[in-house]
Amino acid sequence: MKVLHNFLERLKPNFEKGGKLAKYWPVYDGFATFLFVPGHPVHRGGAHIRDGIDLKRTMNTVITALIPALLFGMWNTGYQHYLALGIDATFLEQFIFGAIKVLPLVIVSYAVGLGTEFFFCVIRGHQINEGYLVSGMLIPLIMPVDLPLWMLALSVIFAVVIGKEVFGGTGMNIFNPALLARAFAFFAYPAYMSGDTVWVNVSTSAGQAVVDGFSGATALGTLATTGTTVFSAWDAFVGTIPGSIGETSVIAILLGAGILLFTGIGSWRIMLSALLGGAAMGLIFNAVAPYALSEVQQQFMAVPYWHQLILGGFAFGIVFMATDPVSGSQTDTGKWIYGFLIGFLAIMIRVFNPAYPEGVMLAILFMNTMAPLIDHYVVQANVKRRKNRILSQGSI
Amino acid sequence: MADVLEKPKAVAQPKEPLFSKKNRRLISDPFNDNNPITIQVLGICSALAITVKLYPALVMAISVVFVLVAANVIVSLMRNMIPNRIRIIVQLVVVAALVALVDQVLKAFVYDISKELSVFVGLIITNCIIMGRLEAFALGNKPWRAFLDGLGNAIGYGVILIIVAFFRELLGSGTLFGIQVIPDAWYMVNGGFYSNNGFMLLPPMALIVVGIIIWVQRSRNTKLIEE
Repeated sequence: MKVLHNFLERLKPNFEKGGKLAKYWPVYDGFATFLFVPGHPVHRGGAHIRDGIDLKRTMNTVITALIPALLFGMWNTGYQHYLALGIDATFLEQFIFGAIKVLPLVIVSYAVGLGTEFFFCVIRGHQINEGYLVSGMLIPLIMPVDLPLWMLALSVIFAVVIGKEVFGGTGMNIFNPALLARAFAFFAYPAYMSGDTVWVNVSTSAGQAVVDGFSGATALGTLATTGTTVFSAWDAFVGTIPGSIGETSVIAILLGAGILLFTGIGSWRIMLSALLGGAAMGLIFNAVAPYALSEVQQQFMAVPYWHQLILGGFAFGIVFMATDPVSGSQTDTGKWIYGFLIGFLAIMIRVFNPAYPEGVMLAILFMNTMAPLIDHYVVQANVKRRKNRILSQGSI
Repeated sequence: MADVLEKPKAVAQPKEPLFSKKNRRLISDPFNDNNPITIQVLGICSALAITVKLYPALVMAISVVFVLVAANVIVSLMRNMIPNRIRIIVQLVVVAALVALVDQVLKAFVYDISKELSVFVGLIITNCIIMGRLEAFALGNKPWRAFLDGLGNAIGYGVILIIVAFFRELLGSGTLFGIQVIPDAWYMVNGGFYSNNGFMLLPPMALIVVGIIIWVQRSRNTKLIEE
């Protein structure tokens, strides 16, 4: 570590004011502070703050929390691939195949996203911050594995430029950038983002063929069109079903949720209230299912409420996206309302509009828009309550 | 006696040339510092609705040029006759008559486009740019200046419309004026690498394209940036 530190210190004069590369100070600063805490030395003794959680550590914790979902997604990609081809493959083969398919998405996401961010920082002379680190990992995890890389790159550019930079950079965005990237890809290239054929990689080499009767549809896809699904609730919970790379396994997501909750980085209020909201809407659908217009809709509505919560991207969305501290509600009461409505709307959109099985994406983006409004009313209510208290005491 | 009652001699005003600097600015301002769409943010609804394809956008732009120029000149000619309290009604009658004329011409000669533009031709009546120019300019200026002002603003509006439609049609449908410009072999269905961007066909993308134009314009012309 000492060697690296000395190397950075040696480079420093070049980037400081008056140095040859002064223009690229943000790039240097970004890398140096990523690796080392900037030098503000404190004494060993006495009361000094030696450590405080900052944006970088927050981001790193979220990335750590995403690793179970990423690893599971890699294995599941391979598992689904070999299942579709009817080949018995070992665990390692499945994992390696998946890793080869998934890693390019991750690399492109980071390279393009960080490149765009560096570009803006250098133009504007801002400090580079770590705003993209989490988005860069989230974006590949919510895409289908066969998405062409240039579409991914375009979505990333859109998310970073239109979603973040135009509002003033990290911490100023209205919408969750990762979801914005997915929404862009979803509306721009629907043929590669939805339907029955994009979720499982069925590329074949010589002598291989897709097994008869294979369907690459997701559980939600078949539920919306036929009212039934071949996947049991246990499959959906473990995650051995087709879907976006990181969204399928509820177990892996719960591991991540545990990390987020333990470190206090994800808001338990949002996660819990979103879960309650989803369950509430699920129960309402269960109750009114007999009155639905079509038979398919009846069956879809009758899916037990707890089963709805483990299907599709619901779990992934409420654990990793809804809890985004920038685009979500800031007040405690606001978080309850915000989370509840996300869960509620996500299930509602998914059931009422089969064209958008990923209701959770649209629900979170919609509630991102509403979050400042919720906060406004929560704060105003508090102001009013305290004013009334003073008035009723008659102390003025 | 007659000498005493002699009328005061009109102060000789230097005759202003038709294309004086002031008059030229009437046309050029709406392109940059005072664009109706990107600076005044007027006429957004039609800019979002009919910019999916270039051809309808062009027809719309020409229609607005005609209506705005003619309305400006007519209202300017009548400006001393219009009682102040009913001026809005009078302006509306003039604009509505012109729009009805445009609508009938479109129906007669380019029926398909007319169907595509549907309600938006009729809605030129309520296009804020037109009422805005009549109120703000034509009522207080002579016909020639009103003509130039109308021309400038209508073209300023049309230019943005056409720029937006250019990008939306090119990226959304791969065509320009209905002629395919992106080779068939590039498409993924034919084994290529490209695919049209369906988002471009949806109205939100028009808003984003207009936003990007505003962004580019403001970074080139920094005096437009508010503190």
